[in-house]
Amino acid sequence: MFPLLTLAYKLLVNDRAKFTALTVGLTFSVFLMVLVTSMFVGIMQRASATVLNTGAPMWVMDPAVTTVANSIPMPDYVLDAVRSMNGVRYAVPLYSGGGLVKLDTGIYQSVTVLGLDDTTLFGRPYLIEGKIEDLYADDAFIVVRDTEFTKLNNPKLGTTFEINDHRAVVVGIAEVPVSSLFGIPTLYTTYRRAIEDIPSARFTLTYVLVQPKDAAAVPEILRQVHELGYRALTAQGFRKQITSFYIYQTGVGTNILIMTIVSFLVGLSISGQTFYTFILENLERFGALKAIGARSYELISIILFQAVLTGLTGYGLGVGLCALVIALAKLRLPDYAAMLTYLNLGLAFMMVLIIAGVSGYVGVRKVIRVEPFDVFRG
Amino acid sequence: MPTPAIQARGLVKWFGEGEARTMAIRGVSLDACFGEMLYVVGPSGSGKTTLLSILSGILRPNEGTVVVKGQDIWHLSKDALAGFRLATIGFVFQDYHLFPRLTTAENVAIPLILRRRPWPESLASALHYLDVVGLKDRADLPPIKLSGGEQQRVAIARAIISNPEILILDEPTASLDGETGRRIVEFVRTHVLTHERCIVIVTHDSRIAEFADRTITMEDGRITGEARGG
Repeated sequence: MFPLLTLAYKLLVNDRAKFTALTVGLTFSVFLMVLVTSMFVGIMQRASATVLNTGAPMWVMDPAVTTVANSIPMPDYVLDAVRSMNGVRYAVPLYSGGGLVKLDTGIYQSVTVLGLDDTTLFGRPYLIEGKIEDLYADDAFIVVRDTEFTKLNNPKLGTTFEINDHRAVVVGIAEVPVSSLFGIPTLYTTYRRAIEDIPSARFTLTYVLVQPKDAAAVPEILRQVHELGYRALTAQGFRKQITSFYIYQTGVGTNILIMTIVSFLVGLSISGQTFYTFILENLERFGALKAIGARSYELISIILFQAVLTGLTGYGLGVGLCALVIALAKLRLPDYAAMLTYLNLGLAFMMVLIIAGVSGYVGVRKVIRVEPFDVFRG
Repeated sequence: MPTPAIQARGLVKWFGEGEARTMAIRGVSLDACFGEMLYVVGPSGSGKTTLLSILSGILRPNEGTVVVKGQDIWHLSKDALAGFRLATIGFVFQDYHLFPRLTTAENVAIPLILRRRPWPESLASALHYLDVVGLKDRADLPPIKLSGGEQQRVAIARAIISNPEILILDEPTASLDGETGRRIVEFVRTHVLTHERCIVIVTHDSRIAEFADRTITMEDGRITGEARGG
């Protein structure tokens, strides 16, 4: 089979203009598909930043909660009820809300405030400056150093500011794996201080973070929380719910889908058109090959090999280009929200295979129908 | 008594059905022998090309048989027939049908490549046959850089590279000037025709008539004449 594939390779690559057009078209198409889906994955990861950074395996929340940001406070008894459930090793409260910081300059800046359980500080971030026990000091807050850090005028240990008219002191600078989506700085403090400083309604318990005894206990905990009238989700389930919200209840999913389809159609049209022209130009020669003694399946394998080869070349170059663009963007914007995952690489690969398949099919149909007798007829 | 390479009996071929039916071949029988250069001549539309296609296993007749080396080729399956053509018949097409993006040597090597011979071995053999047709120094050029006569010789090299017992040439001089065409057929007569090979040429070029061993004349789908020589 290999001599035949060498022939296919030479027929394709030696036609430099068409091979270049095919490769550039597919590269561009793959680049767009991968970039758009990578941005989507990056944005979704940012939307789940609190879930990822906190590291809690299970979350209990009001059933109407769709994302971490639009939390609905629950009564305090929920925490006690969850703690008493079978399969729960421990459960702690988490406060998540928005505050307003007044800087030295007199400028106001919105922030996200996360209140950690006073006893355990479960879900605390990794400190790069300061000591975690200082969080128990008066008015203590930890500031996350991410791209939004500068919006608080690059605070240092000991820097003071006002938050909702309460004094705040920076006792730690932290780093988190994933920055927030919403472009505002994140502060950590204790649960008790958070509910004191941030205006709240009658209920203050935003989430209950649960550590199950083991993985087998998870379904039972989900059931018991459901019976209580609330919703428990695993961290992965919560991330799925957040992603679903953005896909189905905002325009993000539709726009990403449209962009991906457009990229796919661009690749398909360029590849299909160029391939069709390539086959048409060589149709009589393929007929001559049939006359000489080439079987149909051999011609099909030549065409499919060419289609797959161009598809894979375009895929490799497209993914490489996309990775390069994301890397360059991250050099300039460290928190640039785009990331390559096996899922979007796989999705693009599937689409390239479809493009190659359709392009190949267009060519195969023509070649199968050509009669060697037509070669003699001229 | 020369050994027959091709024995065709009672060939009938029509195209279309009902009122649109057109008779192309009407009961043709002929023999083509090893060591013989057989011409099929006749005006356009007389059925020469259709007959050539039937004899070479490309176009199935509606009636009749074609026996090559003792086997009725039209009882073979489609794939077996393709294999038979590859092994037994060499084709030289009127328009050459050389791949413009391959080198001359690669074009010549195609029948061997279709027979799964390794690429280097096929190319080495192609160089040998290009040497036979006097074009070894053009091996690395694309066919488009060659003259019409040279392209025809490349097509001949491609046709004989797998050492077929039957060579089919369709209007080999149609795209060439008179002198070049004459030299090409003379070359085939001198260097390609052997006792183990039968050559069938469809032509209506009377300038090459002198090279024929036997000439069959066709008109309206029938053989209307047969003569020794051109």
